Amino acid sequence: MTLRPHTLVHACAAALAAGCLGATLWHGIAERGAALAFGLLVAVGELTRHHGPRPRDGRRPGEGAPPGAGTQPRDGPRIRQAAPLAAAGSLAYALLGEAGGRPSHHGAAQVVTVVLAASLLGSVPHIGRGRGPTRDRLARRTLTVGFVAVCFQPLYGRGTFDDWGGPAHALLLLALLSLSALCDAVLAAALAHSRTGWPFPPVLRDELRALPGIGAAVVATGAVMALGVAVVGLWALPLLSVPLLLAQLSYRRYAAVRATYRQTIASLARATEIAGCTPAGHARRVADLSQSVGRDLGLTEPDLTVLEYAALMHDIGQLSLVDPVPAGATAALPAPEQRRIALLGGAVVRQTGVDPKVAGIVERQAEPHREQPLAARIVRVVNAYDEKSRAGGPGGPLTALEELRLGTAGEYAPQVVESLARVLSRAAGAGEHADGYEDGGGRP
Amino acid sequence: MEALPARARMYVTGVAVAGLLCLLPAVPLSSAPLSQTLPLPLQLPLSAASGPDVPWGAVALLAVLYAGCERLARSRHLGAPNPGGTFHPVLLAAAFLLPPSAAALVALPGALLTPVEQRPFLARRIWRAGQLTLAVWAAGRAHLAAGGREAVADGDVPAALGAAGASVLVFCLVLTLLDRGILALAGGVPFRRGNRAPRPECRRTTWRRTRRRPRRTSRRNTRQTTWWRLFLRSLAPVTVHGLAGLMMALLWRSPYGPVAALLVLLPMCVSWWAFAQYHRERAAHQATIRALVQAVDIKDGYTRGHSERVGQASTMIARELGMDDERTEVLRFAGILHDVGKLGVPTRLLTKDGPLTPEERRVIELHPEYGHEMVRGISFLGEARAAVLHHHERLDGSGYPYGLAGAQIPESARVVAVADAFDAMTSNRSYSRARPVPVALDELQRCAGDHFDPRMVEALVRAIGRTGWHPAVTAEDVRQPPGPPAPPADEPVATQVADPPGARR
Repeated sequence: MTLRPHTLVHACAAALAAGCLGATLWHGIAERGAALAFGLLVAVGELTRHHGPRPRDGRRPGEGAPPGAGTQPRDGPRIRQAAPLAAAGSLAYALLGEAGGRPSHHGAAQVVTVVLAASLLGSVPHIGRGRGPTRDRLARRTLTVGFVAVCFQPLYGRGTFDDWGGPAHALLLLALLSLSALCDAVLAAALAHSRTGWPFPPVLRDELRALPGIGAAVVATGAVMALGVAVVGLWALPLLSVPLLLAQLSYRRYAAVRATYRQTIASLARATEIAGCTPAGHARRVADLSQSVGRDLGLTEPDLTVLEYAALMHDIGQLSLVDPVPAGATAALPAPEQRRIALLGGAVVRQTGVDPKVAGIVERQAEPHREQPLAARIVRVVNAYDEKSRAGGPGGPLTALEELRLGTAGEYAPQVVESLARVLSRAAGAGEHADGYEDGGGRP
Repeated sequence: MEALPARARMYVTGVAVAGLLCLLPAVPLSSAPLSQTLPLPLQLPLSAASGPDVPWGAVALLAVLYAGCERLARSRHLGAPNPGGTFHPVLLAAAFLLPPSAAALVALPGALLTPVEQRPFLARRIWRAGQLTLAVWAAGRAHLAAGGREAVADGDVPAALGAAGASVLVFCLVLTLLDRGILALAGGVPFRRGNRAPRPECRRTTWRRTRRRPRRTSRRNTRQTTWWRLFLRSLAPVTVHGLAGLMMALLWRSPYGPVAALLVLLPMCVSWWAFAQYHRERAAHQATIRALVQAVDIKDGYTRGHSERVGQASTMIARELGMDDERTEVLRFAGILHDVGKLGVPTRLLTKDGPLTPEERRVIELHPEYGHEMVRGISFLGEARAAVLHHHERLDGSGYPYGLAGAQIPESARVVAVADAFDAMTSNRSYSRARPVPVALDELQRCAGDHFDPRMVEALVRAIGRTGWHPAVTAEDVRQPPGPPAPPADEPVATQVADPPGARR
């Protein structure tokens, strides 16, 4: 097996952690009080970590995952910075130059050791619940804190920053933390890319887009904690934790309501299945597969959410028909009829008050691919694939993909069909034999 | 201004003048001549407060900061409620840092310049400015009296915390009392016992709304709150703001200066942003549910507004039974969504003219199960899901889909069943005219025990007896369905009972 980037990152983090632990054991711990306080803060921050809704909540057990969906977040985008307090506390400790007016003497090694130990300690209850820290997260925390501490502590100890008095010092800390946040985003994107094979630029864009929100709050709190402790001592830690905890709470509620919204749309989109317009699980399968294809084609997370909603509701126009389409197979209908159903669906979606982009995609799913936006192309191709592969019985997926390739002249966008083939073969390669796709989903 | 009663106008003017008087000592030119004309109680604190050194740079910086933050919050989240109310940390930091009159000056530009959403605009701006300057001035006075300034200057955190706590208490108290005053004068709400408490974050915008929509019924129905309950409710957020303000003040006085102090605000801003997003998303979510329910109503043709009204009646029953707010909200959703399964029934059957065959009737009677299948995955609905499945069960076991009897039927389903039958009787249907409310209630009481849970029926009778029945979507909106009247198979049980047996079934 070749050395993959995330293995390399883990090895680096482990080496750093081991080195720091050794150095700390050799030299002993300086300023135990501050170490204990920051350790406590990081541990408490880890304790309040939010894991988001449980995956597959409300899904039918019989509904297997479609190909390519195994590596995908099920209930919305990942929650970035789920433990902001722990992150801010560890950054602040790395930037701590003095406490209550007296200079402190803890080195970079002690910073990494304390933060790592506290993170592990705070994760113990989560491990008990079966949701322990992933190695990726620990590696990122170790490397980021190590980076900041190694940049700051030796130079500070040598007195390089003595000329940077007052506000300049605050700005210096801010700049250093912003740099570390950027590095952390790149690291996170690289890890995600290496693990899942998603294209790197959109993943990086997603990571960077999350920075102005909770990321900025973490950076600001980290810097201001270091300064506050320098001015008034350890009192600053609880005082400054409150605003950040409030931000965390707001984010958590935001995430919760988004998850609820998603559940509602997914559930109500099944009205077509219940009415017998479409086969069971069709909307969910099209949504999952569309997201995989969208990922592969480099869509970012907001676009992916719109795509998911549109895919879930793409058949909702059939509810307005007086007589249902046989088996709900719209791909086999004549083009004007397809377009009419799409327009009906768009009208329904527009009424629901979801993002107007979703209605636009539903409306335009039946147009020739040259006139469609990318998301509508994806929905059309994936919908046709799901219908054709189901209708084809065993060997259906292969035939379906072949038919789609033949249709690339007008109906189906070639780049999307190719992407679909890639996604299916990747899923087959990963050994995911989900229901109905035992044939491996057409390895090209 | 013209819409305000004269008393309220005088009150606003009085508050504004008091606010101006608080500002005076900060303005060096006018302090000497005017302090002689001031009433005695105001004179002493003012002269004590007007130190020779007003740090104008800090005042300007904080005032610009406050006005900018307010402006930013309103402009970016157009349509979303401003969650934090106002950027209190800046104001409280000013109260901790500056002499009281200078601190009050910090609030002035922001309060005057920030746009207001509702009429009367000028009065609202003046009111906000007067209220905030008074509150900040009082907070500054309290902080000074508690010896907070020395504590902040020395970096003595425990003492500074105590002084900040006192200051926050005073700030909150002044805001709440002034708010109650304007509510009492402009909205006709008695001072001591008032309307259902507006949420603390929109406290400042509600005083006109209560007056514009005189919903007497729901007002008496909802829980009464006293001013101190409002005070306690707004104390928690203001305390958090106070902590942030204290940290700002401490850092402002440190060698790191205002730059470090500004950083304290960033997490608060992020938190407000997320909170506004939360509200927007929540509103979108509710709009989606409503729209899908409307889709059912349109599909069904003859029952426009039925779902909303059933939700309303369910809420009334739940309140009357003393259920908590959360459960009441779930029951409202249960009422709204109870017929969502009709989305799965072919439109042809729902709008069919003439009598239904037993076959067709069976298909329509599947709608509770369809509905349950749809909402099953929506976890926030909780017991509303059971209500959707069982709202056609009867107490004697003759209902569908499962023929459950008595206590086997979930409580939520028994509530929705009564609300559903009540609305079906009191609104126009294609096959029957709307009956008067008392007749419908009598009918419900007659069937209580056989079909309906007597507890729920009694609760509805009591609630309507006290407040009357004022549906948000009235029966006049009902669109007449095309074609001759057709008896739908899933008509609520009470309608069937009211007619001679065998006439419909």
